[in-house]
Parts: sequence; C-alpha cells; structure tokens
Amino acid sequence: MTVNMTKGQAISLQKQDGGTLTAVRMGLGWQAAKRRGLFGSRTREIDLDASAVLFADKQPVDVVFFRHLQSDDGSVRHTGDNLVGGAGQGGDDESILVDLQRVPVHIDQIVFTVNSFTGQTFQEVQNAFCRIVDETNGQELARYTLDGGGQYTAQIMAKVSRVGGGWQMTALGNPANGRTFQDLMPAILPHL
Amino acid sequence: MTAELVRGQNHPVSQARVEIRVSAGTPVLALVSACDDAGRLAAPDAVAHPGASGLPGVQVPEAVAGEHRIAVDLDAVAPAVHRLGVVLVLPPGGPARFGAVPASYVAVADPEGAELAGYTLTGLDAETAVVALEFYRRQGGWKVRAVGQGYADGLGALLADAGLDGPAATALAAVATGLVPSGDITLAALPTAAPPTVPHGLRAPQDAAAATAAPSPPSPPPAPEPLPAAGAPYPGGPAAAPGSSSADTVGGPPTIDYAHPRRRRTTTEPPEPGPRAVPSPEADRPPAPVAGDASGWSLEERLYNQVWGMFEDLARTVAAYRSACDFAESRMDRELDDALSDPRLRLAGTANAARDAARARHDELVAQAKAVLDRDLAQLIAESEVVEPALPAAYARWANPVWHGHGVPEEAPLALRLGDLHLPERPDLRIPMLVRAPLERGLWIDNGRTGSEAAMTMDTDRLRRAAMDMAVAHAVRLLAVHPGDRFSVHVIDAAGAGAASLAPLVAAGVLAGPPAAGAAGVTRTLEVLTRRVDLVQMAVRAGAPEELPPDVDVADQLLIVHDFPHGFDDRAVTRLRYLADEGPAVGVHLLMVADRDEASAYGPLLDPLWRSLMRLSPVPDNHLADPWVGHAWTFEPDLPPRGSRVLEQTIDRIAAARRDARP
Repeated sequence: MTVNMTKGQAISLQKQDGGTLTAVRMGLGWQAAKRRGLFGSRTREIDLDASAVLFADKQPVDVVFFRHLQSDDGSVRHTGDNLVGGAGQGGDDESILVDLQRVPVHIDQIVFTVNSFTGQTFQEVQNAFCRIVDETNGQELARYTLDGGGQYTAQIMAKVSRVGGGWQMTALGNPANGRTFQDLMPAILPHL
Repeated sequence: MTAELVRGQNHPVSQARVEIRVSAGTPVLALVSACDDAGRLAAPDAVAHPGASGLPGVQVPEAVAGEHRIAVDLDAVAPAVHRLGVVLVLPPGGPARFGAVPASYVAVADPEGAELAGYTLTGLDAETAVVALEFYRRQGGWKVRAVGQGYADGLGALLADAGLDGPAATALAAVATGLVPSGDITLAALPTAAPPTVPHGLRAPQDAAAATAAPSPPSPPPAPEPLPAAGAPYPGGPAAAPGSSSADTVGGPPTIDYAHPRRRRTTTEPPEPGPRAVPSPEADRPPAPVAGDASGWSLEERLYNQVWGMFEDLARTVAAYRSACDFAESRMDRELDDALSDPRLRLAGTANAARDAARARHDELVAQAKAVLDRDLAQLIAESEVVEPALPAAYARWANPVWHGHGVPEEAPLALRLGDLHLPERPDLRIPMLVRAPLERGLWIDNGRTGSEAAMTMDTDRLRRAAMDMAVAHAVRLLAVHPGDRFSVHVIDAAGAGAASLAPLVAAGVLAGPPAAGAAGVTRTLEVLTRRVDLVQMAVRAGAPEELPPDVDVADQLLIVHDFPHGFDDRAVTRLRYLADEGPAVGVHLLMVADRDEASAYGPLLDPLWRSLMRLSPVPDNHLADPWVGHAWTFEPDLPPRGSRVLEQTIDRIAAARRDARP
C-alpha cells in the first residue's frame, strides 16, 4: 500500500507488521517535458541528479552523489548517474539505497535532494517523482510527486530522520536553486 | 567441467550410471543409505555397508580406505527409495574426529570418468560420521545435493536420526564399522553399546539415553576399549524413549538452514524438500555464515569474493565507528569551549555541570557506536572462523591443515595470499590479503630498517633473514599451487647472503637453476629472462604464441632478487627495470628482497621501480590502504608456524612431483 505524500507530511518508516525497516531505496524518476516546436513536439535531455546529505547534529558529515557514490561507511549507496531521465515509464532513473541498520549512530538525518545539473528549470520536467521503497521486498512505502512547473533548478525532496529507535520520513518538497547539492546547503539547513 | 558445490547446493544428475568418488585425507568407511520419500530408513537392511555391501543399484566397497569408488545405477534403485545418502565414517582406531584430518572431497563422475559435481566437506569438527552427498528424486529424474551433515556421536546417531530406533541403529553401526561380524546378528539381542567412534567424555547424552533405554546387555560389548555402555555414567538424565527425536538435546546434530542468507527465491517452483527442515529457533538472529556463499563460478572464486566482501565490510564498519567517535569528540570540544567561554556560566558556577553534560553526551555516543561495531565484528569473526578453514592452499595460512594434504593442482590458482591484514580496532580479526594471480605487479619485501617502526627495533641480520624467509615462503607457495610444469623460480643472490634461507629450495632442486652469484651470474640470469620476455612478447604480438624456439620456457617465472644492488651494473639495473615493467604481462614476475636505502646511489633513477612494486614487510607494518575508505591496514606476513615442518614437506612434495613428471 502506497502513501501519496503531500508537502510537509511525515510518515514513520515501520513495516506494516510493526517490525523496523532495515533497508530502503529512494528512487527518483523524471521525464523531460514536451515543448511545442516547429516540427511538432520534441524533448530536450535533462540531467537531474539525486543526492543524499548525511547530517549529524545539523552538521553535514558525508554526502552521496554522482561523484561519491558510496558513503564512507557503506551504508548509503547511489546506484549511478542517469544523464537523461527515463521516458516517463514510471521506473526509477536514479536510486539511493540506505541500509538503515548500518548508518553510523551519530548520523541522525539524511536529506535527499534533486538538482538539475544541466540548468533547466523544473518547468521543463514532467512526471517527476520521488518514492521510497522497502528494499527487502520491493514494496513502495511512499510516493511524492513533484508538482510541475516553477522557475527553480532544485528541490529538497525529503528527509529521513531518527525518531526514538526507528526512522521517519518527512516529505519536504522545497524549491531551491543550484546545480549540485553544495549550492543547496543554505536551503537545507532550515529543514533540519 | 566440474560443478563445485557448496553445502546445501544441488546439481542435476542426467546419467543413470554414475560413480561416486571419495577421497578422504584418512582411511574412512563409505556407506550408502536408502531412504523413503520422508527421508527415513525403512529397515536396517536399507543401508549398504561393508557387512552387507549391496543394495539394488548400489555396491559399496568393503574395506576401509582413503579413496573409494562407488558405482551407482540410479535406474536400478528400488522405486520406493527416494533418497540415497553417501555416508563417510571414521573407523574405530583411526582419527577421533573429522576436524583433525584434511577435508574430504566427494565427487560424482559419469561412466567416462568426467566429474560432474564435486563437494569438499569443510567446517567439520568433532564429527565422526557425516552424510556427504545425497541423491534424491526430483521431477522424474535425480539430483545430487551437497549435504555435509556431520554427527559427533557417530554412525549410530546418524542412523537414529534417519529413523532407525536406538538399539537397531547402534547395532547396525557396530556391524557397519566392523566391530561385530555380520554373520551372527540377531538385532534384538545385540549389545547396545554406544558406537565405538564416539569421542570420550563429550556430547554423550544421546548415547547415554539410547544405552539406558535399551534392555540391559547380556554380554559386555566387544569393543576394543572400555566404553560408556550401560549404566549411564554421564549426567544424561532419565532415559528417553528409544528413537525419540534428539534434535533438542546437547548431542543433537547441528541444524543447517539451506536458504541462501542473501538471496530471494525467484521462481515459483515450490522449494525443494530439504533433508530435514528444522525451523531456526531464533529467527531474528543473523544467519550463520557459510563459507563460499558469495557469487562466483567455482568455489575458489566464491571464497575469493567472500574474503574481499569481508575486507570491505570490515573497512566500512570501522569507518562508521571512527567517524562517530570523531564526531563525538569534536562535539564535546565545541561544547566545552562554549561552556568555558561564556562568562555567565562561569559566574553562576554551572560550568561544571555543562562540562559533565558534554562529557556524558560524548560517552553515550561512543558507547552506541561501540555496540554497533561489536555487533558487526562478531558477525565478521564468525564468518572468518568458517571461511578460514575452508580456504584452498593458495589462499590458506601455512598453519591450515589443507597444506598437509596438498597435492599438485591441475590449474593455476585464481589468487594468492600474501599475508594478513588487520585494523587496530580488532587485531585478532585477520583478513587474508588475497591478490589476483598472476600478479600484476612485482613484490618488494622491504628489509630496510628505516621502513617501519617495528623494523627499527630489530637488528639488521635478523630482519634480513626474516625478509628472505618470507620470500622463500612465497616462492614455495607459488610453486605448490601451480601445476608442476607451469611455474619456475630463479634466484639472484649475488653475495650469497641469502643462502641459509634458500638452502631447502636448493637442496630439493626445485629451482630453475642454482642461485646466481656474482656479477656474471646476475647478468646471465637477467639475460635469459629478458630474452624470454622479448620472444614471448614478439610471438604474442605476431599472433603466433606456439612458434617460440624450443629452448624458451613458457612457464610463468618468478625472479627473486636478493641483496640488490650488489652485483648489478648499470646495464643490469636497466634490464631489471625492463623486467619489472614488461615482465608481468608475459608471465615474468619479480620478487625483490631489498633495502631501498642501499640503492640510494642511483638517485631518483630507481624511484619508478620501487613505486611499481607492491611493498610488503617482514614485520607488521601499517602501510597498506584499502580501496574504499583508505584506512591504514597493518600487514603481517604469513609464515609457517614455529617448529612446523610444513614448508619442508611441501618442498619435498613439489620435488617429488617434478621428478615424476620429468622422465
């Protein structure tokens, strides 16, 4: 059962049977918006990048993105850069796997961001979504659809944070501007 | 090509006539049990053993031997029989447990003699009887499964577990192991002694139970040694009903989970029936590690991948621990600074409280990180304990028993163990340092005292000797794990300073020639090898590797250079650099035993040479970094245990194999 999340909504990452999740995958998919052109509709390639920033006490301590595909402790892994996006088939174009049991104890928040590396704004992106999947059985736990349009080049999608002994996910969906996660740091900090 | 099975893995058997080959490190008894579809023995006569060696379709050997060949005709097996178990038993009077002998190997071969599947029985310890393989009916055909289920209480326990009731099982076990002549059995009247293969003292409740449950023996058991027969000398408690399940008693067999711990079942085919599906009592415990459960085509490759997986896991889990500790430290420093720099706090006298709070937060985080680290390390240690004994000779420590049963292999190894790696967090968790063979880079064993702290404390002579001994151990390992004619070792020892270490190699005649001495010897050896590199390179480039002159040795070559640059002129140095650069691609490998400082007269000319070699040290030294996180790992050489003659024995075996091959 999938929860369709809205901005600001938080869900607890518990299994339906009450057990805690051990591994989740943050999937990102998008499609370039069709533009009207002289020769009918055509699309331009858009390179969106998913990144995960690991925070300890509101300080960034590690980051996983297309230049650093695995956190030093191995708990957060990026499956690789996708430069063009899918054809809107609904599959994930980029994924970040989080092994929640192996996340170092001092990491208390992981923020997921999406940047348009090629610099196009999200106006030119359609069908973009971010979803979180229980990696052990492939079940989708939550899906958050980016509302299209807007003159910005990045989104702070969601964060996963420690609550008590478990984890919870919060949909953030905040627009920002920047080509990589570094440009987003000032925008991320208020959400911690 | 032979499929190498791991415990629990199965393989289809398409032929009806197959031969089971057993090669054990010690004389064993081979039996075959025929079970019904529930995995139970119908009657004592469903076991083919030396006393009654025939079953329909199966004939077992009657003697105790290290090698067995059992012919099986699967078409002739009775239709009621659904499983055939191949059982190995240590006979009385021999070794007391499988853990004390080299791992046995069982294979299934077709009538032409080609092996279809093989299985090495690793990880056994106190067991004296083991179900090695099991043939079972599957969708109209037969399959074979690697079982490896051992029984510390011997054949009696094994048979009892297969459904024979206690007295019958022990009686049959006694007959099968040759303690009672098979002619005059009346099963009911047999003395119900514990099977004589039971090690004394330990793990006895099951036998005690069986013994006390049986009617009191009319005569003392005809055992060669006093045995715990009737009277229950063990605190085994009240007698259990004969044949009752013993899985929950102390002596019960260990249970195996046949499910792959990290693989999900993908097909919709119903799971194949396991021999005994025992649900794990503690489901949330991490699965028990299994040697060779990584991906790969052969067991060798799976173990290689598993070792590298352990290496990466250890690197990452320690990285997590260190980063948590660093963070805790820096946070405490920051909070202490804040507490001290705030004058209000100082005046109010709450500075102490703030300081204590900061310290407490630090300690709490470190304790949490430590708990996680300990959990992961415990898992890795358990895995290491399973993997280390299962390693083949090329990967194994010199202390591993596999070296004692090591024969000349048929194929070159996939990788080699150069030594052990560990981190200061857990110095006793040693990761084998495996590198792919053939080596892409030459090796440099640094015998200089300025190389590391541990070397500084040793005197020069001992350090040099240790370095050369290490080089010899590597050479012996390389010779032993390559097929006889596929590897040769040359030595340059210009001043003869390494003669003491080299003596066993020279005496056994396993080197390509005597160690080259003096400037002339250095030049000659380098010339031969340079010529070989040139010719093989030319032949490979021309696409005609067969067209080499007959005097060119196509085997891989290892050149050990001791005492560099003694005896080297400029021309020889250039040649050596050429070999280091061009040699590995065409099978000429360099092993330098040298002190970099002694060659300092050459200035920066030799820097590329040293950089191109992989530096190892004869003493523990933390100069190696892993490819993931970049921790400094402490390298420790793996040398034969003190007082062990494993190196000499291995050299003798190599020499014997080469003598046999030559004429």
